[in-house]
Amino acid sequence: MLSRPIIEARAIHKSFGPLKVLDGVDLVVAERELVFIIGPSGSGKSTLLRCLNRLEEPTSGHIVGDGIDVLARRTDINALRRRIGMVFQSFNLYPHMTALGNVAFALRRVVGLRRRDAEERARSALALVGLADKADAYPAQLSGGQQQRVAIARAVALEPRVMLFDEPTSALDPELVGSVLRVMRQLREGGMTMVVVSHEMEFARAAADRVLFMDGGRVIEQGPLDCLFGAPKSDRLRAFLRSLERH
Amino acid sequence: MSGWELFLFSFLNLRVMAEYLPSIAAGFLLTVQLAALIIASGLALALLLAVLRSLGSLVLSFAIVLFVDLFRAIPPLVLIVLLYFGLPNLGFTPSGFVCTWVVLALVLAAFAEEIVWAGILSVPKGQWEAARSTGLSFFTTLRCVVLPQALRLAIAPLTNRTIAITKGTALGSVVAVSEILAQASAGVSFSSNPSPLTLGALAYLVLFGPMVLLARRIERRFAWRH
Ligand SMILES: Nc1ncnc2c1ncn2[C@@H]1O[C@H](COP(=O)(O)OP(=O)(O)OP(=O)(O)O)[C@@H](O)[C@H]1O
Ligand SMILES: [Mg+2]
Repeated sequence: MLSRPIIEARAIHKSFGPLKVLDGVDLVVAERELVFIIGPSGSGKSTLLRCLNRLEEPTSGHIVGDGIDVLARRTDINALRRRIGMVFQSFNLYPHMTALGNVAFALRRVVGLRRRDAEERARSALALVGLADKADAYPAQLSGGQQQRVAIARAVALEPRVMLFDEPTSALDPELVGSVLRVMRQLREGGMTMVVVSHEMEFARAAADRVLFMDGGRVIEQGPLDCLFGAPKSDRLRAFLRSLERH
Repeated sequence: MSGWELFLFSFLNLRVMAEYLPSIAAGFLLTVQLAALIIASGLALALLLAVLRSLGSLVLSFAIVLFVDLFRAIPPLVLIVLLYFGLPNLGFTPSGFVCTWVVLALVLAAFAEEIVWAGILSVPKGQWEAARSTGLSFFTTLRCVVLPQALRLAIAPLTNRTIAITKGTALGSVVAVSEILAQASAGVSFSSNPSPLTLGALAYLVLFGPMVLLARRIERRFAWRH
């Protein structure tokens, strides 16, 4: 991986009161790389992702995102966030806006496009996730898989440099997972840099450049999936992999 | 006179009603103005307070909660009388109209702030996070993402509360506001016949009937579709 890093997070610590959630995490993500993060519940995966776009304020550490100091006071965080797309487990579509409205909203308000231009770009983002025909549907009229694809379109439409996915398929019925993973694969093939927290090991096998195993707020092991799963070095990863097999 | 005739003579005496119709009509117009002022300023203040509270400043929130609880606890009539008879001692001499307006607007603001705030709190955190993660500012998120959802939940209790408090305009009769009740009572005293009160009740019905119907329509229109 020779290309320059899109994300360079160093020594990230995060505590909630007395609870240490991140305990010195380093995460470097190169351009076009897909980093896949696994780990038991409560190990700090979501918190790490949320630190990257400052939805959560790290207690200490350094983060450079797309060449910009994420944590510096003078950084225009809203301008930065636009370049770091995020997709959530619970979709979080705006229920009072149509699919088109959801995607076009930030294009108008953040990018500053005129209504027509924003809607045109929103339509092509919806087409990208296979939902061109659902532009006028409200979230309540869409399946979970469709909602999550609208959420992906909402982030992608802003043309981010990197996309963060926090368990994007965990809230979906099994038969709807495939449609979302297909869109993610497609993004990946388009060269999008991605950080994905997920339990979808099939997806990891097919798409991940690197897997990162977290436990107790630390990165315990990382490397290509085959190395990690074929020859886990730590007891914790071995235990985690056994727990996966049981499901 | 039979009982029925006595009733008609007392409560539906057309001659008396005709005589006091003009003054009660004047009271009606005054009440409409008072009500409009109370609703506009009360709801605007409520929204402003709820927005300030969402900023998350501890001091500000505490001050707002104090205001809200105070104005929810004290009967509005007490406040009106206190202002009307108390302020002149401090050198202000507000009219009964102004006293009634200010007190009822503040009381409405107190109740409505709680309703709007509850609405804001009920919007899932994920809505904030999704919006902020696309680069939207705090205020754009609040205004365009959170408040529409919050107000949708709040609209039914808000209309009910607004009607309940606006009916308190009748309290103005105590501090020389010539609104509907005051005019009707005056009519009763002068004519020694209660028919003006019937007319007053009709005037209230004309004023608040449409508001109640509107509230019903709003409730149906905004019934959550999820
Ligand atoms: N805002 C918060 N306040 C207090 N504690 C928090 C907060 N957010 C997360 N935590 C705690 O931090 C720890 C790590 O949470 P995090 O959500 O990052 O874990 P995770 O690895 O994503 O877990 P999961 O797989 O269940 O999503 C948990 O113990 C959680 O309870
Ligand atoms: Mg999580």
